[in-house]
Formats: sequence, C-alpha cells, structure tokens
Amino acid sequence: MTLDGKCPSGPIETAWDRHRFNMKLVNPANRRKYNVLVVGTGLAGAACAATMGELGFNVHAFCYQDSARRAHSIAAQGGINAAKNYQNDGDSIHRLFYDTVKGGDYRSRERNVHRLAEISVNIIDQAVAQGVPFAREYGGLLDNRSFGGAQVARTFYARGQTGQQLLLGAYSALSRQVQAGTVKLHTRTEMLDLVVIDGRARGIITRNLATGELESWVGDAVVLATGGYGNVFFLSTNAMGCNVTATYKAYKKGALFANPCYTQIHPTCIPVSGGYQSKLTLMSESLRNDGRVWVPKSAADATRDPNSLSEDQRDYYLERRYPSFGNLVPRDVASRNAKNVCDEGRGVGHEVDGQRRAVYLDFRDAIKRVGKSTIEARYGNLFHMYTKITGENPYETPMRIYPAIHYTMGGLWVDYNLMSNIEGLFVLGEANFSDHGANRLGASALMQGLADGYFVAPPTISDYLARVGWGSQINAEHEAFKVAKGEANDRIQKLLNIKGKRAVDSFHRELGNVMWDKCGMSRTKEGLEEALKRIPQIRAEFWENVNVPGDNKGVNQSLERAGRVADFLEFGELMCLDALERAESCGGHFREESQTEDGEALRDDDNYCHTAAWEFKGVDTTPTLHKEALNFEYVKLTQRSYK
Amino acid sequence: MKITLNVWRQSGPDAAGSFVKYEVDGVNADMSMLEMLDVLNDRLESKGEQPIAFDHDCREGICGACGFMINGVAHGPEKEITVCQTHMRSFKDGDELTLEPWRAMAFPVMRDLMVDRSAFDRIIQAGGYVSVRTGSAPEANATPVIKDNADLAFEAAACIGCGACVAACPNAAAMLFTSAKVSHLGLLPQGQPERDKRALDMVAQMDKEGFGHCTNHGECEAVCPKGISVNFIARMNRDLLSATLRSTR
Repeated sequence: MTLDGKCPSGPIETAWDRHRFNMKLVNPANRRKYNVLVVGTGLAGAACAATMGELGFNVHAFCYQDSARRAHSIAAQGGINAAKNYQNDGDSIHRLFYDTVKGGDYRSRERNVHRLAEISVNIIDQAVAQGVPFAREYGGLLDNRSFGGAQVARTFYARGQTGQQLLLGAYSALSRQVQAGTVKLHTRTEMLDLVVIDGRARGIITRNLATGELESWVGDAVVLATGGYGNVFFLSTNAMGCNVTATYKAYKKGALFANPCYTQIHPTCIPVSGGYQSKLTLMSESLRNDGRVWVPKSAADATRDPNSLSEDQRDYYLERRYPSFGNLVPRDVASRNAKNVCDEGRGVGHEVDGQRRAVYLDFRDAIKRVGKSTIEARYGNLFHMYTKITGENPYETPMRIYPAIHYTMGGLWVDYNLMSNIEGLFVLGEANFSDHGANRLGASALMQGLADGYFVAPPTISDYLARVGWGSQINAEHEAFKVAKGEANDRIQKLLNIKGKRAVDSFHRELGNVMWDKCGMSRTKEGLEEALKRIPQIRAEFWENVNVPGDNKGVNQSLERAGRVADFLEFGELMCLDALERAESCGGHFREESQTEDGEALRDDDNYCHTAAWEFKGVDTTPTLHKEALNFEYVKLTQRSYK
Repeated sequence: MKITLNVWRQSGPDAAGSFVKYEVDGVNADMSMLEMLDVLNDRLESKGEQPIAFDHDCREGICGACGFMINGVAHGPEKEITVCQTHMRSFKDGDELTLEPWRAMAFPVMRDLMVDRSAFDRIIQAGGYVSVRTGSAPEANATPVIKDNADLAFEAAACIGCGACVAACPNAAAMLFTSAKVSHLGLLPQGQPERDKRALDMVAQMDKEGFGHCTNHGECEAVCPKGISVNFIARMNRDLLSATLRSTR
C-alpha cells in the first residue's frame, strides 16, 4: 500500500484555496439525499455536524454522554491559538505554522499545519459571532495571553474555561440544527463497529446505553471525532469515558493507525494519592513561572516536612541541569526529569505501590519576593483547586506535582482531506494524527478540533459525496450490517457470560501500570519487549476472569467499561509496537537509547522522518507497517536544545 | 474511615426503587466521593452484584455529568463544588450518608442515581443560540463589547448544566439554568436580534417540559457548583416581560 497524503502542490500559502476551488460541490437541492454519520460531539464533531446540517445534509450525530455538551473538550483550560496579530507583536500565519511544525519536533505534514494556521483566524470570528464570551480589554476588544512554545501573545481565552465556552458555542450551533431538523442527535449512544462495504465506509453499529439496544445506521459518509486514547494508561487527565473503541474498531476494519506511540505528558498534575485513584487533574503549567521544582538531595529526607529542610538539603534539579531555562524547560523535559528523581527514590508525598511519585513545586521564594497577594492574584484559582483536592495549603506547604498523560498526538491516518485510507471515513480532531507531529503545543488542540469541524471537513466531505453520488441501494438489511451487528452482540454476550472473579477496572489498572512503566515518559527496547509479552497475558486473563454483572437490558455501566477495556487491551500492544519500531527520540516519544551525551532527546531524521501507519492483520498477528515520508520545504529541521 | 451509605437503588425507569444500606470501610480522606463509590462498586462487581449506577465523566467539576443528593443537599455539603470534587475529608469516620438521585418530574430516574436530563437539551434547542452560519461571521474585533457586560455574560455562561438547581428547588424549577443562557446571550451584542424570541421560546419549552415556577427560594443559587446568581432569573423575567409586551404573536 502506498500512502498518498494527497497534498496539493505549488506554493503553500495558496494550497488550500486552490484545493478548495478544485473540489466538487453538491447542489443544495440534492444535499438532503445524503446521510452523514458523525460520531462524537466534542469540538470537532459538534462543529462538523452543525456545519453539515446548515449546508442541508441529513446528519446523525452520536455521543456516549447524556448530552452533547459534555464531551471532554470542555475541560480544556488555557486557550485557543490564532494568528490574528491583534497584539501587533509580529505574529503571522507563517509564524504560527512555523511554531507548530517546530513544536511538533518535525513529525507533522507541513501543508496540513499551514492550513490550520490559516483557518485559525476564522475560528475566532466564528466563536465570537456565536456569543463565546472571550476575555476582553477595557476598550471592548479581545484580549490575548502568551503560551509555551511561542514568543508572541496569540492565545484567546475565557478565564480558565476556554474549552467549555468553545464547546458550548459548538453545542449551541448543533442545537440550532437539531431544532431545524437537519441533525438527529443520539445521546447515550456508543459506536461499537464500523461497516465497510466494497471499500467504502457505509455505516456504524451502535449500542443504546439506556436500553442496551443494538442499532445499524447507514450513511454515505462516516465521520469519527471520538477523541484520543490517553485512558489506555488508566490514569490520565482524560474524562472517565474517553476511549479508543471507535477508532480502534475502524483500525480493525482496515483504517491505518498512525503514530500511536506519540503521547503527551503534562508535567504539572496533582499526584496520585492512593490505589483507589480514578483520574488525574491537571493544573496550568503557568505555575512554573514562579514555583521552584525540587526534591530532597537524600532519599532519607523524603518523608520529612519540606519546610524543615534547609537549602543545602534540597536539590533544585531543573535549575541545576538546565541553568538557562531552569523551571521553564518544555513539558517533556520537565516530565522526564521528575520521573528520574523519583526513580532514584527521592520522590515525596504518599507512597503508592511502594514508590513516592511526586516532586515539590515551591512558592516560598516567590511569596518572599513579590508577596502573597501577588501570588494569589496570579494563581489564586489554581491554589484553590489544589486545596480542594489535596486538603493542603500551597501558600504554606510546597505543592506536590507529578506528570500525567493528557493528550495523544497519534490517531487514525488521514490524507489532506481528513479522509482515512477507507473511502468515506473521515477522522477529525484528536482522533486523527495529522497536525501536531510528535508533540502538541499548548492552546493548539482547541484550534485543530474547530478547524477540522467547522472549516476543513465540510468542504472535503461534500467533495467526496459529490463524487460518489446518491441513490445507493444499501440499507441496514445488507449482509455486512447483519454480520457486524451479530459480532457486536456476540461480544457483549461473551463478556456477560465470563462471570469470573475480577472487576473490570482491575484489568484496566493493570494494563495502565504496564503502559505507564514501559511506554510512558521514557521507553527502552527491553521495556517495550517486556510490555509486548505482558499485555497479551493480561488480555488472556481478562477474557477468562472478568466479572461483568447484569445483562444487556437497560443501563449497564460495567458492560460499557468492559467493552472499552477489551479494546484498550489490544490497542496497548499496538502502541508499544510503534514505540519499539521508532528507535529515535522525538517530541513526546523518548527512547533512552537515543539521547545526546547530556541526556537530551535525539532525533534521527535519516531513518525516522516519516509517519508510521499500521495496518491490522489479526489480534495476535503483527500488523504491517506503512511509512509516509515527511518532506520539509518551508521549515528547516534542527535539534531542540534548552540548556 | 468507615462510612455507612443509604443508596437509592432502582433497576430501571419503570421499576420501584428503595434505599439499600452499604457499609464501606477503608475509606481514605483523600478519596473523592465518586472514588469512594468506585471502591464500593469494585467490591460489588467482584462478587457479581450490580454496581451503583451514576453519571460522571470529567471528574474535574466542569462537564456537568455528575450529581446526586448527599443527605438532602444537591452535590453535598461543600460550596460551589460538584460531587466529583467533593472529598471524603468533608465527612467524619462513622458518618451515615443518604445518596439519592435528583428528584424532579422533568428528570425521570433511569437507574439508581442516574436521571434523564434531556429536557435541558430541548430548552437550549428552543433558542439557546445565536443564529450564525459557519463562515458568515464578521471580523471578531469589529464589534467591541463593554468589558463589564462580557464578564457578566461569562459568569452566566459558566453554567455546566448539571441540574442541581432543579433538584434543590422546592418547585423543581429550571429558572436558574434557563436564565443563565438567556442572560449570557442577552448581554452580548451578538445576541440582540433574537433576544425577545429567545426568552419567549426557551421559557415556553421550560414550561412544556414540566419544570415548576420560581417562587424566590434561592435554593438553586445555594447549591450551584458554579455559583451562578439568582439575579439572572430577575434579568430573564425582565426580558420575558418586555418580549411579551412587544410580541406580535
């Protein structure tokens, strides 16, 4: 299989405009003859469903939550980037493009990223027109803040709830179309399989989470906007329900999965406090502007009151190792160093599974320097959140922080049109792999989700529909739908009939521990090979010893989780395989074998300047690797350094 | 800690429910309320018993999925917080807690602590938006917005749609929820063209769903995890009155 990204050639600045002009259109009177199925109602899915509905297509939108307003886009705090240059500080589309390619450690497609930067300005216009209450200056115009990985202030924000406000904007647009009758919304509905007929995506199988009913949906195009797979680690900053099932099922039906090993770790999360922990909470990394990161020099001091340790008993390890960037090194560097000091036994805080996994983030010196009121003005809401969760007062006791998984750059492979290698299957937002390379910059996830949903996918899906035409004879009685529905039902019955001794979550935790240990912040050949042996064993035990109580009639949350965990138990293996295959370090993927003399990530552009896209060959069979070479015409490849 | 729970168990929308008592020992003060329920559910599941069903997702207090009554108070004893952010250190060893679902005609119980809040979605569908097509938006800075209005609009827009306001209200009114959206959009220039129609349509839908009327108890504001003010209800009433007077319907 040759992977063709189908990127338009010629000057990059006009590529998207020229491409759009060359696309086919569907006559307004014919649009209602097409069914478009959109799975997921986060920023990308809600925006796409609303826009396709406005155009007059017949849209069905699906989400597992009880309302389309609850998708995990809602939890994004910081903001959304756009190259508006309202601050007159030298920003431009080209600069946003450049920063994003560089920030992604040169593992993304230049032309996709340039389009994203172009569209960023339209997103802000659209959101403001919808009534999104962005922060404003006293003159009534929009305010901006700066963010990591950029030297300009281009981030638009709505206090610490930018994701919520943008999602509610997209949800309102979606609600308008529901009222207009162009979009049928199916909440508490989970996609269990993709139906492919003659090489084209023709529908999905869903389970109604309220009644247990399995249903077939026929579509002329299927859009997956189902988010990332961070929950493969069990503990992550993702919502509890986030899962890989939709994209993984598409993978099993032939869609290629690209760069699954690219995961992003956020350095400033509240650490695990016990074995019961269900999820991790992220705090804005702006805290590192004033907090100093340290651990005791001696492991023997790990349990002592931090305030009782003198200066020479403390190791400010980031300031020591990276004198010029200090506590403000990038996310991946800060995270790996925290892991290293904890692995040395110098971690602090609660002991969980025999190890203390936390480091101090200390505001003592900052409070001494600028006063408590200034610190309160800068970080009051974050300190409040920390106190709510830990019961400690960070004005007096240093915060304890530890890195956590919070975003996945990998996803289903798509071409420039956001269509996967399966015709008619479009993949949007975090679910695809396309724009962030090996590392995503802060405030860029919201930008990509909305760019894909509002502006990229609607014309490319229209173009696809215009080319394939309407009037297909396929309906839900087609053999392929019957088979897929039968398989989904068989799997549910199989899960319900095991009636073993262990709860679903115990398997998920076990998988998560292996993934975090062997395929987390740093990875080695030996560790990954070990994980590749261990995961099939956990999977085998799951299918023999899990206990899923109840039946398939009505609400059964154990059954929902069991299905998702079963998919994670296969997907984890694919991630480890991809991480093993990529023997270089890049972005969020750090291979210990590939580092500079002083321990920094070392890319290998000669051998790995490509996208790795995997083709499913069977559950216990090694998938086939396909490579899409990455060509950089506009940005020069360089090695990152923060010394 | 050891906690005794009286949990409302109901196997389906049409089934009769009852309170079931559970003793949960080994509760850690750093656990959230939902993590304590996870621990209990894990024990139930391992024994092949049905775990307690409850809605939850982000567990950061922003998605609005979670919520139930703890000893008769929506989202429990702590102020401006959802149940997912309520930690067990808010309770004492030996405490007895009664957990029950939101009680409101417009929120039918689906199972255990889980209710159907789709009525909220239908209220938004009736008019909780600005009618602007994708791609037809003017340049964002072409319309300045008075900062105070923008900030106030944000405070209204912070609603997470959890339904605690309805559950706390003796009349099971959805006034705080509806007024937050009417006020958010009504305070912004972008929301003006549809301001009258929005107030009329959303209130009509609210009534149709079977929510009660506001009689100024203020219980909604007291339990709102986002601290949304009852002043927005007054604002909506003003909008509704002027819209009714101007209406040609």
